[in-house]
Parts: sequence; structure tokens; C-alpha cells
Amino acid sequence: MTNIETIIQRHAGDPTRLLDMLRDVQAARGCVDRVSRAALAKALRMSEADVEGIVSFYHFFSRTPAGRYAVYLNTNVIAWMNGRAAVARAFEREAGVRFGRTAPDGLIGLFQTSCIGMNDQEPSAVINGVVFTRLTEAKVKDIVAGMRAGRPAAELVGELGDGANQHALVRAMVANNIRAAGPVVFGPHEPGRGLRKAVGLTPEAVIAEVKASNLLGRGGAGFPTGLKWDFCRREKGDRHYVVCNADEGEPGTFKDRVILTERPGLLFEGMAVAGYAVGAAEGILYLRAEYAYLKPYLESVLDGLRREGLLGKGAAGKAGFDFDIVIKLGAGAYICGEESALIESAEGKRGEPRDRPPFPVQVGYLNEPTIVNNVETLCCAARIMAEGAAWFKSMGTAKSAGTKLLSVSGDCERPGVYEVAFGLTVRQLLDMAGAPGAAAVQVGGPSGSCIGPDGFKRAICFGDLPTGGSIMIFGPERDLLEVVRGFMEFFVEESCGWCVPCRAGNVLLLRKLEKVLDGKGNARDLEELVAWGAVVKTTSRCGLGQTSANPILTTLANFRGLYEARLRSGADADAVLDFDLAAAMEASCRAAGRPIPSPEAHHG
Amino acid sequence: MAEIKLTIDGKPCTARPGQTILEAAKASGIYIPALCHYEGLKPSGSCRICTVKVNGRPAAACTQPVAEGLVVETATPELEDMRRALVEMLFVEGNHFCPSCEKSGNCELQALAYRFGMLVPRFPYQWSVREIESVSPRLLMEHNRCIQCRRCVEAIRTPDGRRVFAAQERSGRLRIGVDPELAAGLDEDTARKAMAICPVGAILYKEVGFAVPIGRRKYDRSPIGSDIETK
Repeated sequence: MTNIETIIQRHAGDPTRLLDMLRDVQAARGCVDRVSRAALAKALRMSEADVEGIVSFYHFFSRTPAGRYAVYLNTNVIAWMNGRAAVARAFEREAGVRFGRTAPDGLIGLFQTSCIGMNDQEPSAVINGVVFTRLTEAKVKDIVAGMRAGRPAAELVGELGDGANQHALVRAMVANNIRAAGPVVFGPHEPGRGLRKAVGLTPEAVIAEVKASNLLGRGGAGFPTGLKWDFCRREKGDRHYVVCNADEGEPGTFKDRVILTERPGLLFEGMAVAGYAVGAAEGILYLRAEYAYLKPYLESVLDGLRREGLLGKGAAGKAGFDFDIVIKLGAGAYICGEESALIESAEGKRGEPRDRPPFPVQVGYLNEPTIVNNVETLCCAARIMAEGAAWFKSMGTAKSAGTKLLSVSGDCERPGVYEVAFGLTVRQLLDMAGAPGAAAVQVGGPSGSCIGPDGFKRAICFGDLPTGGSIMIFGPERDLLEVVRGFMEFFVEESCGWCVPCRAGNVLLLRKLEKVLDGKGNARDLEELVAWGAVVKTTSRCGLGQTSANPILTTLANFRGLYEARLRSGADADAVLDFDLAAAMEASCRAAGRPIPSPEAHHG
Repeated sequence: MAEIKLTIDGKPCTARPGQTILEAAKASGIYIPALCHYEGLKPSGSCRICTVKVNGRPAAACTQPVAEGLVVETATPELEDMRRALVEMLFVEGNHFCPSCEKSGNCELQALAYRFGMLVPRFPYQWSVREIESVSPRLLMEHNRCIQCRRCVEAIRTPDGRRVFAAQERSGRLRIGVDPELAAGLDEDTARKAMAICPVGAILYKEVGFAVPIGRRKYDRSPIGSDIETK
């Protein structure tokens, strides 16, 4: 019990820091058990049922022991394409336990997890917060041997990655894979230049400059950043907040990981610029749990900025501008990338989206006016202040100014991060990445769209193919419908479950898709996929459900032949096969202890 | 305060600032079907059955505030079919056997299914495996029938604000958990309120059942929504 009390005190008994407490409990006890939940509930004056609700919402918390080494192996389709199946088998063989379980001796637990932001170096896993990339059977053997020898996970990493991945506070085997360094995010930047220029202007002038730059949100939705800041600044509140959304969870994106590794100073400068513009004293970096390995390093960067006077009291030499940044960690939930869910999570609750209106700029973190901006957006803002709106607008297209970071993975020679000017065609990108024979490209992650060669002439920009940056390439040998199945499984797992269409509808869409993939579908099933997809899209409460049918709907539109090839033909093609008689017979016979009839017997 | 003017299915309506579209419609004698909504509780917007189109864009009528000049569509074939689909999703997601349910006739899910003329769901039954939980000396939790509307989560709290019912897990595993200690301490009135506030037969008061016979219950006499429409 004292242990739990210490943890609660470490976080000042502050309910908004419940996730931090749970994280510490999980690390100390291997799970958040009943005793811990009761102690937390008592200290925070919540019900135990409520605490359990929060624990059970997040993937990286468990109520039963997850093992002294908890292995979370990425399930992203790109991982499967890169040999995940063999790696998973190796883990099961070496650890002596199946996925979803913890070994009886409590040493190793094996679990699946959604995309961890390492698509350019799959298969990958997070073990006790340490990232392992480019896994092979041989590497798994060594890792498990190290676990059996009792070595800490951090000591088991292989060759370290490049750049700051080698920093003493990071020491990660993650590679940056920066393939094209553009002028905005990866261009030369004198630290503090953007912020110093900003504080020399009025906040209104800073907002005007960002508006003039035409900067649109880089998370994918493309809302005008200057307008968001303006709305927030105009709201009355006791305090305003700047939140950076570093919860990039859209499968296939990892560009924020690279920014956080190589340009954290620029990001924090952008947050300070935003803070000055909206009148905030506090910034929050909401960092996804998968990137927790970067936290000590990011804290050291923040310390450095404080020493240089760019953060803290009178930041950048501006009297009265007291701005500082805290880092809050997530705990494994894709939905927390949705801005209002992120705010709920940052407040220590279940990461469930809020109803809009009111919008976060009106009622955000702790019910105060809050801007939530993407990592890349804030970097752009700092650079716009340093170099001017005109400079920024000189790049990209008329409607999509500046550059975009793309996370490219899949069947290509050079997976990694590309900073390109908006307006680049998919074909040009494929040439850069070394994927001349691509058969399909998933633009914008599963919630975006899947296009075939007909669409490769299209341009990556807000007017044509908008994207948060996830680009997954599939060669002609890939079974695209299996990819679709993987994406639907992802949405089913990551739905928060709040609203009916997303919680129940996505399961029904997945089952229907599986029916077609199993060769039991007919033309009517395809019609129903479209109709049911429309219900989920139209009636869902947030962006997750409003886009989760896209993998099915966009492939039905662009690759209909793949589906039609799986449909039943012949005299009984119109029959509706929603009941599997053979399976039902088998189950009944097993239960009754009778011999299981052969399939032919059903036709008698 | 100034009145707000809007139209619902072409009918001019007036509303007070701060009202939701659902409330404004009700005041104008227009029934927008809803399930998770409960008067006096903060709307959760979870069932989505009240989805309408506001200036052409879908929105939940229970959470969407009125604004001057809004054009609201509700009784269109497209929206009515989607509502029915949502009710059908709930029927296949859980395990709902009306004839043996204590809430039959008082159940809002069943009443909506009748109103929408649902004969058989378009979706395959999921046959989910859920348990029946004896949560306190006074209450049963029949998870098979729970539609996770969150009315109980919002409404049933201890005097110091702690939740007796809480959402747990996520995705299709979402369930409404009950705090055993707090549930045991519920007084009779609150326990009865918990059963009454549940739109389906998930929260049941133990001991006495079927005090009013099926056939003479609320929605046996008149369809759901008819009280609003006959105003």
C-alpha cells in the first residue's frame, strides 16, 4: 500500500494526473490490480468502477499481470508484409506463451498493439517502453534470452539509429530515415528566431501573419491555423492553453516521431509562439505512449530552452510573457488523436471524444479555451514567424501553402520521411521512394483513401488528396482486400465504443467483409457494404466512425473487380449465406458428444 | 431573450437560445426519435438515433444547439432508414428477448422497433456472450440487454458525486460496470430510479416483477413519441 501512496503523492494527488499514476503503478506492479484501483479511487474521491473504467480504456494498462517483460508487437499491415508472422511465432516459441497471455512464471507477456509509428522499420515492438525495430527470428531469440537472464529491456536493443536516436537519453534502435529534407521543417533554423520575432509583435499581429501564411492544420483535417488561434484568443477564460497533439496514431504515420527526435526545439518554439498569440501561459505536449522513449530527451530539451530564456518567466525576453511546457503521456488509444478525446485523456479520464459545439477553442482543457495543434503545424508556425508568411506561401500550391511531411512505407525501396512541397503527384512520390510498380497507394492512412494507378496523377494537397502524411504503398503481389480487413480490424479495436454506429457498425462491416473474403458473398453483400458504410459514416459521433468505412468504400470504388472476383457464382448465387450450417452442426455434435458429420452429409 | 427561428422539415419553428434541436422540435410538436436522451440529464449523444440533417450536414439533435435560420430535416426516408438501422444494430449487438423481459412494454428500444415497423434486423445476430450480474441486494444487471446509453452513468451518483455505474473497456467490449460497494449502499428510491431510468431491461430491481401485466404498459397503450405529436 505504501507503494501506491508514494505514487499518488508523487503526482500531488491530482486527478488530472491519474494516467501518470496508473503508468507508475503499472510499471511497479506489472498491472493495476484491485488493491491499487481501490487506493486510487479513495485518494481521488472516485468510485472504483470509475477507476477501472479508465484503466480498461487504455491499451498499456492491465488489470492482471502483464509480465515483467510486456511485449507489444505491432499489428499494422506493413508489419505483416515485412515478416511479422514469423517474428510472432518466434516470440511464442521462445517465450513459451501465446499472444494475449502472460507466461505462468510471470516473466513474459505477449500482446498485440496497433501501429506504433515505426512503419518504415517493421516488424517492431514495444517492450517495457523500449522500441525494438526490424525484428527477425534471430533478434527475437536474443531478446528473449536477455529477458531470461534478467537484463533490463533497454540493454537488449541492437545497433542504435542515426542522429539523436544515439543521444544518451534516447539510445534507441529507431532510424530517422529522412529521405527528403525540405526547407520548412528540416531547413536551417536559428533557434529562437521565430519566437523572438513573434514577441516583438502584438499577439494580433502574430495571428495575422499566420493567417497570411495560409497555414492549414497538418494533422489531416486542414483547418486554418491562424483562424483557430484567433477564435481561441477571443474567448474569455481564466487561462488559455496550447496543446500539441503528438499522439500520431493514424496507421502508417511516423513523421512526428522524426520531428520529436530531430527538431524538438523548433516544435517547442512553435508552441511558445502559439502561446504568445492566444495568451496562454501553459503548453502541454501530449505524447503517445509508444514514443515515451523520447520523453527524457524532450525534458532535457525543455530544460535547455529554459536556460536560454526561451521558456519560463519573461520568455524570449518579453516581460509578462511567462510560458512553459509540460509533457503528458498517453497510454495507448488511437482515439486520443482526436482533439477532444485528447483533452479528456490529458485531464486523466477515458479518452472519449466530446460533443461539438462547444469546440476546444471555447471549452477545452479544464474547460478553458484551448488550441490543439499538430506537431508539424507548430513547427511550421515557428518557421513562418522566422521567415515570413510570403516565404511560406511561395511554396506549395495556391490553396495548400508550404511543405508537407509524408511518412512513406510499404513496398518501396526507400521508406521514410519526405518533406515535399504540396502539389506533388502520387506518381512523383512513388518515383522518389522507389516504387515504380506500385499497384495501390493508401493515402492518409486507413481513414483516407486507397487509390490505384488511375489516381497516381492526382496531387497531394488539400484540394485533391489531403493527408496527415501516411502513405502506404502496395505492390501487385499484395492481397489488397486482406489489407482492407486489417484496417477494419484496427477500427473495430480502436473505436472508443461510445456511439452505436461506430461500436456495433464497424463490427458488422468487418463481418460482412469477411463473408465476402471467405467466398460466401454475392452482389447483394457488396450493396450492403456500401449502404451500411453510409450509416456508420453519417451517424457516427466523431471522425473515427465518420471515416472508418473508408477502407471498404474507397476500395469498392477503385478496385471493385477484386471484390467481384470473390463473389459466388452459379445457380445459388442469390442465396443469402448468413448461417454456417456445417459450423453449427459441428458445435452441436461436439456438445452432444456425437460424431461430426462430413460436409457432404448436409446435402442429403 | 430573443426567439430563434428555424425550420424543421419545412415547418417554421421558434426556439429559445440554449435549446437543442430535439427540445425545440418537441416544443413544436415534432417528435425526433431518440433513445439515450433523458429529460433533465446531460445528453450523451451515444445512440445517434436522433441524427438529423442541419443545413445538409448530419448532427445529433439531442446535442446540437439551435441557431437562427437553421434548416433541419428529420423525417426523410434516408434518415428514417438510418434510425431503423441503428435500432437494428442494437438488437443484433446484444441479446434481446422481449417476451421474457420485465421491461417489455416499457422498453424504449422495443417501442422504437415497433414504431419503425422493424420485423427482422437487416444485420446478422452477433450472439454476444454476456453475463447477468447480481450487483447489490436490490439490483440486477442484465448485461445482455444493456445498450450502453450511459443514462445510469450520468444519473446515479453518490451524494459526494462518485459514479455508481461507469463505462469500462472500449470498442465492442464496452460495458457498464457497477461499483459493488456503492451499489450496495444505494437506498431504495435511488435503486428504483436506476431501474426506471434504464431505457431497456438492463437494470432490474429485485424481488417484485411484472406488477403491471404486459399488455397494459406504457408503450402497449400508445406508441413512443405519440405524446409529443398529439400536442
